[in-house]
Amino acid sequence: MKYILKKSFTLIITLLLVSMVTFGAFSIIPGNIAITRLGQNATPERIAALEAELGLDRPVAERYVDWLLNAIRGDFGESYQYSGVPVSDLLLERLPVTAILTAMSLILILVISIPLGLLAARKEGSVIDTAVNLLTQVTMAIPAFFLGMLITFVFGLVLKWFQPGKFVMPQEDLAGCVIYLIFPAIAIALPKIAMVVKFLRNSVLSEVGKDYVWTARSKGNREGRVLVSHVLRNAMIPVITFIAIVVAEIIANSIVVEQVFSVNGVGRLLVTAISNRDYPIVQAVVMYITAAVVLINFIIDILYQVVDPRVRTE
Amino acid sequence: MKKKRNYSLMIGLVMSGIVLILAVVGQFWTPYDPTGMDAAARNAGPSLAHIFGCDNFGRDVFSRIMNGMGTTFFVALCTVLIGAFFGTLIGAVTGYFGGWLDEIIMRINDALSAFPSILLALIFISLLGTGKYNIILALGILFIPSFARIVRSEVIRCKELEFVKSAQVMGAGKFRIIFVHILPNAAVSMLTAAAVGFNNAVLAEASMSYLGLGVQPPEPSLGLMLSDAQAYLEIAPWSALFPGFVIVFIILGFALVSEGLRVRQSR
Repeated sequence: MKYILKKSFTLIITLLLVSMVTFGAFSIIPGNIAITRLGQNATPERIAALEAELGLDRPVAERYVDWLLNAIRGDFGESYQYSGVPVSDLLLERLPVTAILTAMSLILILVISIPLGLLAARKEGSVIDTAVNLLTQVTMAIPAFFLGMLITFVFGLVLKWFQPGKFVMPQEDLAGCVIYLIFPAIAIALPKIAMVVKFLRNSVLSEVGKDYVWTARSKGNREGRVLVSHVLRNAMIPVITFIAIVVAEIIANSIVVEQVFSVNGVGRLLVTAISNRDYPIVQAVVMYITAAVVLINFIIDILYQVVDPRVRTE
Repeated sequence: MKKKRNYSLMIGLVMSGIVLILAVVGQFWTPYDPTGMDAAARNAGPSLAHIFGCDNFGRDVFSRIMNGMGTTFFVALCTVLIGAFFGTLIGAVTGYFGGWLDEIIMRINDALSAFPSILLALIFISLLGTGKYNIILALGILFIPSFARIVRSEVIRCKELEFVKSAQVMGAGKFRIIFVHILPNAAVSMLTAAAVGFNNAVLAEASMSYLGLGVQPPEPSLGLMLSDAQAYLEIAPWSALFPGFVIVFIILGFALVSEGLRVRQSR
């Protein structure tokens, strides 16, 4: 319990620091936001008026506190480019899409890579092991957006298993949305599956030589049972930490893959906001994603405690 | 143990050699003008005249790849140089002197590495704006921590060794010890890191340009070619697939080189 409290404290401090850096960075951007919006020929009066309207004439510290208090209540201000539309509305509309995509990718990764990792470790040096190794090398060399394009080409255009570009929002048709997201999820998951398989394989191999494995075998357990209920439990410990990194990368890759499959998620919102210099949206999305990454690390830290009792005593 | 031939290194060197030669030649000579449009050859498939086919404007895809690789390599090289230079400086100094400065810089490093690099690159780009030089700056800063970490651990490993001790006894200055005595020992690890970094830079540049946030047209870049060609995936798949395969080829080549270097070092 004490550990969780301590971790929660660190979590809050980290989030505060991130919010300060995010806000600070966007306040010192070279180039005046008002001039960017009004054009080079704007009169000083109009610039001053717009700055006052956006609250840019106040000190940075004051604006930060304001922004933070509003952000905690879920209010990130209004978008520059769709003037008048609250950023939180745009974000809330897109958030379920990215959440579904992330969850689907993670499920795919776990369901496929755990059995495959065990298999590769059990048949060390066999054809499966070599194939997995080769797949790791190749998939890690394919950029996420190109993999997405290959999948679009093969499954969308040649085999016609789905219609590229015909994405529906989950609010309209949840089932249709999930079905469409299968292929983007595969594009995100494939390279990570290879990574997790390789990692789990090495983790299992470093465990199988240990004494408790021999004990389990000598008690007459079958090899499969030894692997699943003895070795896997210990081999999963480092993998759990690794999963935290994988989830962060899923979220990051979804930014690119959403673009490839024209999925209207948070990533696409971010990319268009960056090209349009729509800073309230960029700030909000960056805050959301970093908060998600920090939170996942927090959850994994706690989970680590549950799985590995040795950490608890320290 | 019998010495196995280092196939990874050999194949990797050949692959990287091919792309590097093509990229360098592509700056001076290409089979066709990379920006020259030929209305008759719009979306023409691969043939003897255009081995990778033509894009929607009738531009030769192979010539554009040769030329575009130059931009991609230029960005990747500059990024790695920035990352390696400042990373080495920071890693060497913090590793040798240790103390509170080391502690602070390493904590910042840890915090940064918890975030996916694409996200950090996007944040930098939204601060700096798009364009070739901004992407170099953004990615360069991004790569400093990984180099700093590697150099730091090498410096820490070396500083307790005999030859460093004897240099200290001889009265060599601290910076002379760091840069003349210790750093040459870190060369192989840094080379491996540079190969990995180069790959990440190629990937990141391609991704950023694909999103329209990196190299801006009319300058050619592999990522940009892919994003232009995506709309014509159905009628002219070659104009998207070949640049993509070239990216994969480049990355695979450098990955094999770094793998080979690692194997060679551990022997």
